[in-house]
Amino acid sequence: MYQQAFSTNVKPHFENQKNVELCCHPLRDYIGNLQVFVARNVGQTYKIHYRSFSSAAKLIQRNPSFSTLNADDVKHFKEILGEKNVIEDEDTLSTANVDWMRKYKGSSKLLLQPRSTEEVSQILKYCNSRRLAVVPQGGNTGLVGGSVPVFDEVIVNLGSMNSIISFDEVSGILVCEAGCILENLDSFLANKGFIMPLDLGAKGSCQIGGNVSTNAGGLRFVRYGSLHGNILGLEAVLANGTVLDMLGTLRKDNTGYDLKQLFIGSEGSLGIVTKVSILTPPKLSSINLAFLACKDYFSCQKLLLEAKRKLGEVLSAFEFLDNQSMDMVLTHLEGVRNPLPPSMYNFYVLIETTGSDESYDKEKLEAFLLRSMEGGLISDGVVAQDINQASSFWRIREGITEALMKAGAVYKYDLSLPVEKMYKLVEEMRLRLGPSAKVMGYGHLGDANLHLNISTSQYDDTVLAQIEPFVYEWTSGHRGSISAEHGLGLMKANEIHYSKSSETVQLMASIKKLFDSNGILNPYKSAEFIIFPEISHFLFNYIECEGNQDSIAELGQTNNGKYAEEVIWMENFYLSYQLRSWVLIVITSHSCKEVSGIVS
Amino acid sequence: MKIMVAVKRVIDYAVKIRVKPDKTGVETSNVKMSMNPFCEIALEEALRIKEAGLASEVIAVSMGPTQCVDTLRTGLAMGADRAIHVDAPATLYPLSVAKILKALVDIEKPGLLILGKQAIDDDCNQTGQMVAGLLKWPQGTFASKVVLDKEKQVATVDREVDGGLETLCLDLPAVITTDLRLNQPRYATLPNIMKAKSKVIKKVTPDELNVEIKSDLELVQVTEPPKRKAGVIVSSVDELIDKLKNDAHVF
Ligand SMILES: Cc1cc2nc3c(=O)[nH]c(=O)nc-3n(C[C@H](O)[C@H](O)[C@H](O)COP(=O)(O)OP(=O)(O)OC[C@H]3O[C@@H](n4cnc5c(N)ncnc54)[C@H](O)[C@@H]3O)c2cc1C
Repeated sequence: MYQQAFSTNVKPHFENQKNVELCCHPLRDYIGNLQVFVARNVGQTYKIHYRSFSSAAKLIQRNPSFSTLNADDVKHFKEILGEKNVIEDEDTLSTANVDWMRKYKGSSKLLLQPRSTEEVSQILKYCNSRRLAVVPQGGNTGLVGGSVPVFDEVIVNLGSMNSIISFDEVSGILVCEAGCILENLDSFLANKGFIMPLDLGAKGSCQIGGNVSTNAGGLRFVRYGSLHGNILGLEAVLANGTVLDMLGTLRKDNTGYDLKQLFIGSEGSLGIVTKVSILTPPKLSSINLAFLACKDYFSCQKLLLEAKRKLGEVLSAFEFLDNQSMDMVLTHLEGVRNPLPPSMYNFYVLIETTGSDESYDKEKLEAFLLRSMEGGLISDGVVAQDINQASSFWRIREGITEALMKAGAVYKYDLSLPVEKMYKLVEEMRLRLGPSAKVMGYGHLGDANLHLNISTSQYDDTVLAQIEPFVYEWTSGHRGSISAEHGLGLMKANEIHYSKSSETVQLMASIKKLFDSNGILNPYKSAEFIIFPEISHFLFNYIECEGNQDSIAELGQTNNGKYAEEVIWMENFYLSYQLRSWVLIVITSHSCKEVSGIVS
Repeated sequence: MKIMVAVKRVIDYAVKIRVKPDKTGVETSNVKMSMNPFCEIALEEALRIKEAGLASEVIAVSMGPTQCVDTLRTGLAMGADRAIHVDAPATLYPLSVAKILKALVDIEKPGLLILGKQAIDDDCNQTGQMVAGLLKWPQGTFASKVVLDKEKQVATVDREVDGGLETLCLDLPAVITTDLRLNQPRYATLPNIMKAKSKVIKKVTPDELNVEIKSDLELVQVTEPPKRKAGVIVSSVDELIDKLKNDAHVF
């Protein structure tokens, strides 16, 4: 499917040996490191190895066009923010440098805590003029390595911008600063009789700005929909310090392009979100929750269909987990008990209803459940009788992430797939990995969103090689998305092409360049890498399809007239967004060479 | 032997209580109501005794407005065999409740009356003691363990007291009130919810039981406890000592 992946505009440069040689290569050491990989990849002729998360930090090189922080910079930031909000303290930095999963670790020397939009603007303006790379950070609960620096990027944490600006009790429109913690907003609203339209396991730490920047989905999605609909306005600061005031509070506004949408889900790559205006639904008093067991995945699927039909107007969550996920939670989380002892079932489903009439809703849910049980869709189930019971059922579903962390290493995939195919991937993965790994499937079935998680005692590149790119290819083959709600971050920056066409990706690259011409915002992630896979595909096709032995020679891989057969591995590398240059490393049994070019 | 269990409908344990602006009570409209957690424990204990073959029937009783039926349904879905709803005004004080319970005990003649040690709404912790007094039955309050001897008609109860545990032997019939550690209540399963649909909830009034509801208590005002003042972070031990001495007057 990548046959036409790259248009011809690269080719002339590519064939132009001169151009290739003109390019600078700050990668000499890198080549040395690569030799290690050669041995492992012998035999995989022509195979392009995609950089993958566990080795990402090892393989990415710091972009040399970024400056390094100096004492004057720190002094300048102190002038803007005051001593207290410029943090160089090792302990604080070591927390801010590591992500929630403890998988990605940066080495930033500076954490800034702005208290106003004006301060954010001054920070970015300065960083842009100095070419200091920046990573915007919220609650640092992101799951794809997007919220921590890769190298020495300056961390800008929005935590101190946590004021509620206004709340309209008639329309339910809340305007607040980006650093407000989701749970705090929810409690604030509860007192007013409203709720946030989203809820997720990380609610106690994640910030609304982070939610917006990752376009977080979560548990209420099936009822209240995406942030693309619920966010009515934003204020954001661009890389050059320009403050974009799009902080509308209107539900309808068709005047020109709806630019705020670009910031929703762009993972801090286009600007720093500083204020948010969000539509919140009224809090309905009657919430009911059932925890159910199903004998197979087909029953879960049918149950979803039935629930949508029969509980449509009150359905507020439909989540599922498999036996392995349940086992994980029961083994690793304290105080969690199996609601349906003593047996273990193959699948568990949580159905939540939210409505305005307690006895009507409960009766409706119970009638539905009893019918489904008689029909064989449900094997057994319990209905929460109070909030405490409901919380303990939710704890099982929401605790899976935490339990996995305790169990050892975890490879997490967050995929959108057609509901009927979704679990097949889990089964195939289980067969593929055998007993060495625990493969779990759970997620937001109501939104056709699978969380595929693979747990092993420790990180292991051979396991990873079994998983990726298989999981991405499979998803792409079924026209799914390789990131349903967690975003691309560092983990999946390279993999965007599995879900987006090359034309789309190119346009994204142009937008990124327009918003952030120096590429200082959250580099090496999401939009940063987007040119890179295309080059590799182009080269791949070039060699496989069009490339004869002579053209291989043009790649710079000459070895006494022996060509194609000896290319045993290629590693590609995207050097600099701004320079739009690329480097390809071709490894043969005798040599290791780099080729590079400039994308016009 | 029958076991009678009192279950109270209260504001859900997890709901943040808000005082009504006119200070006449706490806000209950649009607020989630559930079974008092101690009553859940009482019911669970009764069910376990029945499942162990030491009792023949578990009867759940609740007093208050019509919505108490929902709480009784929960009790039936947990496994109670039948239920009695005493239709009474929303506010009942412990003595009235104890009198109603006594009247019901006189009719049903259970061998054991189990209650929660207190209800989490008013935290009175009086009803069990009062009804034992009215019935002239022995009482084992704050039970964390209950063992029944069917032959000797004796209940051995471990009580949680200030100094630790106290073990009492009660001749049946007796009153037991439950503490938190007695057991972990079961969930209402779908098959049991289904069975509960055909179970009977009998409705009676205090009049029919010859109990006069009156109270010598007058509610003057309900207010929130004073808000805790925010703490301060001190920068040194010296400052801490200074604050303890001069602000807190600890020494
Ligand atoms: C236990 C757990 C459960 C989760 N459940 C879900 C779930 O159900 N659904 C779901 O969608 N996600 C889920 N997540 C992941 C989710 O993406 C994050 O929890 C949350 O949305 C990120 O918010 P944050 O404030 O922690 O952002 P961070 O992790 O700090 O940042 C995330 C990304 O946004 C950028 N960013 C943060 N703040 C700003 C800002 N103000 N301006 C610009 N960019 C910014 C960062 O640079 C980074 O790229 C879960 C995470 C955990 C740990």
